[in-house]
Amino acid sequence: MERTEKPVINWGQLFKDGVFAAIVAFGLFALMLGFKTDQTLNNEMVLVPRPMLLWSVVGLVFLARIAIGYWQASREGRIAPPKKATALWMLKAEKYGLPMVIGFLVAYPMFVLLTAGPQGAIKWIDNFGIQILIYIMLGWGLNIVVGLAGLLDLGYVAFYAVGAYSYALFATSEPIKDFLAQLIGEGFWQAWAFWICLPVAGILAAFWGVMLGFPVLRLRGDYLAIVTLAFGEIIRLVLINWVDFSNGYAGISSIPRPSFFGVPFNATDEGFSAKFGLEFSPIYRTIFLFYVILALALLTAAVSMRLRRLPVGRAWEALREDEIACRSLGINTVNTKLTAFAIGAMFGGFAGAFFAARQGFISPESFVFLESAQILAIVVLGGMGSLLGVVIASILLVGGVELLRELDFLKLYFGDGFDPAQYRMLIFGICMVLMMLWKPRGLISAREPTVFLKEKKIVSADHVKEGHG
Amino acid sequence: MRAKSDPILRVENVTMRFGGLVAVNDLSFVAGRGDITALIGPNGAGKTTVFNCITGFYKPTVGRMALRHGNIDIDSHVEKLTDTSRDSLNGTGGSLFLLERMADFQVSARAKVARTFQNIRLFSGMTVLENLMVAQHNPLMVASNWTLGGLIGLKGFHNREKEAIETAKYWLEKTKLIDRADDPAGDLPYGDQRRLEIARAMCTGPVLLCLDEPAAGLNPKESLELNALLRSIRDDHGTSILLIEHDMSVVMQISDHVVVLDYGTKISDGTPEEVKNDPRVIAAYLGAEDETEVQEIEAEVGL
Amino acid sequence: MEVFVQQLINGVTLGAVYGLIAIGYTMVFGIIGMVNFAHGDVFMISAFISLIVFMAITAVAGFSGGVVFLALLVALVVSMVITALYSWTIERIAYRKLRGSFRLAPLISAIGMSILLMNFVQVAQGARNKPIPPIMRDTINLFERNGFQVAISYKQVMIIAVTAILLAIFWYVVQKTPLGRAQRACEQDAKMAALLGINVDRTIAVTFVMGAALAAVAGTMFLTYYGVVVFSDGFVPGVKAFTAAVLGGIGSLPGAVLGGMLIGLIETFWSAYFSIDYKDVAAFSILAIVLIFMPQGLLGKPEVEKV
Repeated sequence: MERTEKPVINWGQLFKDGVFAAIVAFGLFALMLGFKTDQTLNNEMVLVPRPMLLWSVVGLVFLARIAIGYWQASREGRIAPPKKATALWMLKAEKYGLPMVIGFLVAYPMFVLLTAGPQGAIKWIDNFGIQILIYIMLGWGLNIVVGLAGLLDLGYVAFYAVGAYSYALFATSEPIKDFLAQLIGEGFWQAWAFWICLPVAGILAAFWGVMLGFPVLRLRGDYLAIVTLAFGEIIRLVLINWVDFSNGYAGISSIPRPSFFGVPFNATDEGFSAKFGLEFSPIYRTIFLFYVILALALLTAAVSMRLRRLPVGRAWEALREDEIACRSLGINTVNTKLTAFAIGAMFGGFAGAFFAARQGFISPESFVFLESAQILAIVVLGGMGSLLGVVIASILLVGGVELLRELDFLKLYFGDGFDPAQYRMLIFGICMVLMMLWKPRGLISAREPTVFLKEKKIVSADHVKEGHG
Repeated sequence: MRAKSDPILRVENVTMRFGGLVAVNDLSFVAGRGDITALIGPNGAGKTTVFNCITGFYKPTVGRMALRHGNIDIDSHVEKLTDTSRDSLNGTGGSLFLLERMADFQVSARAKVARTFQNIRLFSGMTVLENLMVAQHNPLMVASNWTLGGLIGLKGFHNREKEAIETAKYWLEKTKLIDRADDPAGDLPYGDQRRLEIARAMCTGPVLLCLDEPAAGLNPKESLELNALLRSIRDDHGTSILLIEHDMSVVMQISDHVVVLDYGTKISDGTPEEVKNDPRVIAAYLGAEDETEVQEIEAEVGL
Repeated sequence: MEVFVQQLINGVTLGAVYGLIAIGYTMVFGIIGMVNFAHGDVFMISAFISLIVFMAITAVAGFSGGVVFLALLVALVVSMVITALYSWTIERIAYRKLRGSFRLAPLISAIGMSILLMNFVQVAQGARNKPIPPIMRDTINLFERNGFQVAISYKQVMIIAVTAILLAIFWYVVQKTPLGRAQRACEQDAKMAALLGINVDRTIAVTFVMGAALAAVAGTMFLTYYGVVVFSDGFVPGVKAFTAAVLGGIGSLPGAVLGGMLIGLIETFWSAYFSIDYKDVAAFSILAIVLIFMPQGLLGKPEVEKV
């Protein structure tokens, strides 16, 4: 980047800012960090002073403020790259980046298997691969509602829960199992439950999407967000309190795991390993689950890319731009919004069913508001409407936070009591704020037209609206 | 002026109240098919409110608005339709719609009344071409079998979409926007945006086009081009036009019929020539209190 | 009847707490049109600050009646000041730059801030419940009938009285001072207010500070009333207070107090007569119903769709 003139750095001012920030930090942290409330063995509350911690944090804030001030001052006078160029770069990234990422994902289990060996690979495929892919799929599903139709949904986790509970309840249902055992044979339900329930979970979630979507259609913006949040919480609280239905806090366990299209992953002679002449190892199931969620996620991406180019997708985007103009053009905005809700919810339901099958156990704890916030953050951070953006954001947020679990070596510096995983959500929150400050419109914010006459020109983020409801 | 011989829209006793404010007061007028009917009046006269009632965005407090397709006789059918709870009727030679009974999107989708807005409402993050494709949403939706056919890539939808692009191209050429087809609508200069909004409304295939101040903010050259465009829409496409306009040069040059509103009440109705010489209109525009003052003013301006 | 009166007293006490938090939501929404999602967590932080101050004073000066009262008073004031500082810092760092940008950005930033604050407290103070010894346990018996005693505790008297006094002061500031006028001007049209020489940034910052100070009052009252606080205590009271703000009509200050009272009463009566398990479901349902059927709330101005 070029600069017009060399920036002048006013060190006196920087120092003053630093002192000011340090004073504020002292005010904020003197009590919260300076003292720790602790319980003694006889259950008495005591205050433990922590002066060292307080002073080091205040010192850090002082230095950080000066560093930020310096960075800002040195950037002054720089010429930002032209918007068009950025937008073009984004189009290229989307065009070439997405196939590359997909290619990488397809090869990922093999790659991990080769580098980490069968024992180490499970963790990398499961905790990172599958975990991130679930969020990518949820992000792509929510992207239809938030990114395309511009409807701000803070309760997306409700549909994830509907999918998970539909699968869990159907798959563990004794009457269905007995009925099918008589009809087709023992063990049929155990083996095929996932593949039969997957579409059912999606349909039920879509149904709930319409049910919850219908009353809130008139609402706009933040109000819509809050009502969807309320719906999400209501569903979770009902799952907690209606013990007869959902087994409450205890959740549902021994949910059948997906089979390899009828062939179970176990150590028996009928199992996957025996049939394919392999030595039994849990890794096959993990790899299989990885490809199942990859396929589901890619289905979500393919459908949403296709929908964008259909009239309904264009109507979604038009709705995000200007609802009144849509109505003046004869578009039934109620139906259009409901389809967005239903399709978005359906993919959430698929992901939920997969989640239940992968875990083998679900409880309301997995469907808290934080999950919704996390998915929404992924969509917004990725850049609304961008598929590649969602992938990058998922890897950064989910993968990055997951990586913290691996930082055990930090115990060497901070002592044995230090648990990096404890800081996961704290860092997640900080990242959310910083990312918004850095890129309020997300990583890939330019919009690709769905149809063109002569040349496909990219639409820069300045023109794209974010929707009103 | 064909308001009597061949009406397309008949507005009867429409009143719109907002709380205590009467925005439109017992307004009745008839717009003729193939006419450019101008609705004029000072600021705050209630013109845009009338538009919002006709296009279904507001429900009038009282009143009836009948629109016909084809040659169905309004007089003999409108009472019959009003007595039912339905919003439209198919009779010999065409169909009749009661606009006050229809939701906003149905007014456009079924009654084929399109509109533009005073403060331009384009889909600014979508390209010019996409704007025109959105306007053809309903036929394309049918062609895509309500998305299912389109999703699996049926041929029929593909062909229909090509047709839609052709329609869009036609209107882009007509509005001289063809070179900007792939640019975001928000990138266009003001005058182009106004024309794009008209093109978009025309892509819905309307029988009646309602334009809310289409010449606002245009320079004289653009204003002339707009006149030509509106005439061509009327003459070549048989689309009737209802127009709100402040620019008297536009109104007097192209309208066949002028309705004047003041404080929500109709004060004059006739050909441009008749309206121009109506003392009440002059009084309303120049703010005169009574007849004698009007005469004085007329004398002053040399009428 | 007796149960009813008793629940009424309890409901009003709870309502006072919700009303105080709701004012923060309503003022911020009124002036910059954003749901300050982190406000519930600001409230939770204020309770922690009160807790620490209270523990520090009682640790040094003992636990006699007078000391407890004085400690609560000091805790209240310190908590108001420091919580206000938190809110000021949050606005300065996480919201100011995003004002007027992409509409979702401040909301996401606020959600991030909420997660940050909650987990900051968890990391700094631990995940356990933090109880204080029972204080001000005496009650005043109002009347007794059919063997059921209707009583109001000193705590409840204090909560209602402090709320009333602070609301009166706050009301005066907003209605009668130039600061309040500047706030209302920014609410109407921030750009125009700036052209007329009002320091919009400062006015908005002051709004955050005032909202936080009132939330700190609520936080201290909450601690006194329940005697325990935990890092996750911001979310549910926050959502309920937001419900209160919406129910009263967002942007309306009397509405926030009225809404708070109603939510407090509904919650206590629901728990008393129906099911305590579903009391949060009731609150969330009310939120949804109010937003869907009367989004302008009880005292708010109806919004006309501009075409």
